[in-house]
Amino acid sequence: MTIWFIVFKSLKQHAFSTIVTALSVALAGGLLMSVWSIKEQSEATFTNVNAGFDAVLGARGSKLQLVLNAIFNLESSPGNLEWSDFLDIQKNPDVELAVPIAVGDNYRGYRIVGTTLDLFEETEYAPGKKFALQPGGNWFDPLRREAVVGDFVARKMKLKVGDTFHPFHGLIFDEKNQHSETYVVVGILKPSNTPADQVIWIPLEGIQKMSGHDPKMATEVSAVLVKLKADSALAGFQMDQMYNRQGNRLTFAWPIATIMAELFDKIGWFDRVLAMVSYLVAIVASASILASIYNSMNERRREIAILRALGARRITIFTSILIEAASISALGMLIGFAVYVAIFSIAASIIREQTGVVLDPLKFNAIMLWAPAMLIVLGALAGIIPAIKAYRTDVAQNLAPTS
Amino acid sequence: MPLLEISKLVKTFIRPDGSEHTVVNLNSFRLDDKMQMALKGESGSGKTTLLHLIAGILKPDAGNIVIAGQKMSFLSEPQRDRLRATTIGYIFQTFNLMQGYTCVENVLLGMSFGPKVDHAFAKALLLLKRVGLENHSAHLPRQLSTGQQQRLAVARALANDPKLVLADEPTGNLDQKNAQRSLAIIRETCRENGAALLLVTHDREVISQFENVQEFADINQTSQEETPP
Repeated sequence: MTIWFIVFKSLKQHAFSTIVTALSVALAGGLLMSVWSIKEQSEATFTNVNAGFDAVLGARGSKLQLVLNAIFNLESSPGNLEWSDFLDIQKNPDVELAVPIAVGDNYRGYRIVGTTLDLFEETEYAPGKKFALQPGGNWFDPLRREAVVGDFVARKMKLKVGDTFHPFHGLIFDEKNQHSETYVVVGILKPSNTPADQVIWIPLEGIQKMSGHDPKMATEVSAVLVKLKADSALAGFQMDQMYNRQGNRLTFAWPIATIMAELFDKIGWFDRVLAMVSYLVAIVASASILASIYNSMNERRREIAILRALGARRITIFTSILIEAASISALGMLIGFAVYVAIFSIAASIIREQTGVVLDPLKFNAIMLWAPAMLIVLGALAGIIPAIKAYRTDVAQNLAPTS
Repeated sequence: MPLLEISKLVKTFIRPDGSEHTVVNLNSFRLDDKMQMALKGESGSGKTTLLHLIAGILKPDAGNIVIAGQKMSFLSEPQRDRLRATTIGYIFQTFNLMQGYTCVENVLLGMSFGPKVDHAFAKALLLLKRVGLENHSAHLPRQLSTGQQQRLAVARALANDPKLVLADEPTGNLDQKNAQRSLAIIRETCRENGAALLLVTHDREVISQFENVQEFADINQTSQEETPP
């Protein structure tokens, strides 16, 4: 019979407090791992999502707003730019591809974006990956009222090829703002795990000339997605100078990853608050281990005395209490992984619904090693005070009665 | 050569009012190998304190205890723990069984702190069989009668093949029938295992069955009415 068995019996004997305490550790560990992992994975993913483009050209305004609107289909458009601006940048010798987009309508909350077929036929949204259609679908005819629906929208709205719908004006769904035009779904995108899955794509002219839109919009676009030539190392810098420093009418958001990183810098305080809360929960969980073992010391005294009378050394008793405290933490961390997966999955599903970006709860993060290690060490530290009390237990006094 | 030899042993406790109270003041005592002796004395006379001193649970203020050739006063606490785990079996009046452990686990616990025992589980089952608890190996102590609990305590005390068994009022909590049975088992198993037995009691019925009886008051030169702290 080893010290581990003695620990196991003690945990079993105090099963209720063991489980309750382990659950508090599980909550702390799960929170800590999920907050950290979601933060790191979303930062890495969002700064890597660029839909295959290097920059966004849009109306004068915030670069971040421009990127969020054009790449992530979030936020409103900062304004429009002239068709001639699109043609100018398209002709720039350093530009490999320029794709115009127009926004301003939705279908029951899902954004409708007007664009050209170049977005699907010429763009690699990730290295080696082009948008593709699910079987039985076609790309839209730019001259007809046809739509290609992102996979997520199609599943949520139960849209399939052949279905028709009326767009609604604005980016926020309002039943009263229905346009009279009818669009036919001609294709459903294969899942790309990018923001494109959250969008209904229609021909650019469809948005430009939608009934009720300002006639001026017919010659405008909301933004231009720009891919620079690979060998034009200075092109981005030069265009940044040209549009942002020398000009005052347009904004050239480049490079996209840096702009998104700035977003995470801005919301960094929120991460720190969440991390702080997790650390506090971890400390409270450790304190609960201390309290649960310490409170049971009175009833344990007799058993400790019996073990000592049978020949157990003080250090054996001390160590068994430390192992017991660490074991409660370890048990908590096992449950903590389930808490982590649950929290991460809920957060990932919200992020996917809002942005189309997919986060993977099973993707390894170093926090999955050091959070359990930290909590187990904290648990063991929490066991020190009761272990000292156990170490000092007076054997003779606790083997009563005497004769 | 005696198994247990005590000389000039003194143990004093401090009372809550700060005054000293000498509980054990024993000039000389010896117990030979395989000998069975009853130490007769009234409750509160310091018998338990003497057993705790012999077992190394308490440290004497003065004097020597030699067990199986080992002088206790020369031993550190861990060494005394080791000696207790390897050489001494202890049977308590209140049994002191581990309530969360099954019968077989309680017996195994008796082997846990000494040298490694081969086939420990089989040995534990054999001991349970010897005390008539072969059908209760998976039972918890609270599922046993008082007599059965005492027999389980006997099995545990013999688990480490002790040379010396200390029994502190082992029949004190039992009815006459169970007391007789337990006493018989304690004496027989000690004999079978070649262990010496030092049994302290005030029960005349028990005392009458021992050839070697020592009146504790005759060897303990201190006041006998007061209970040690």
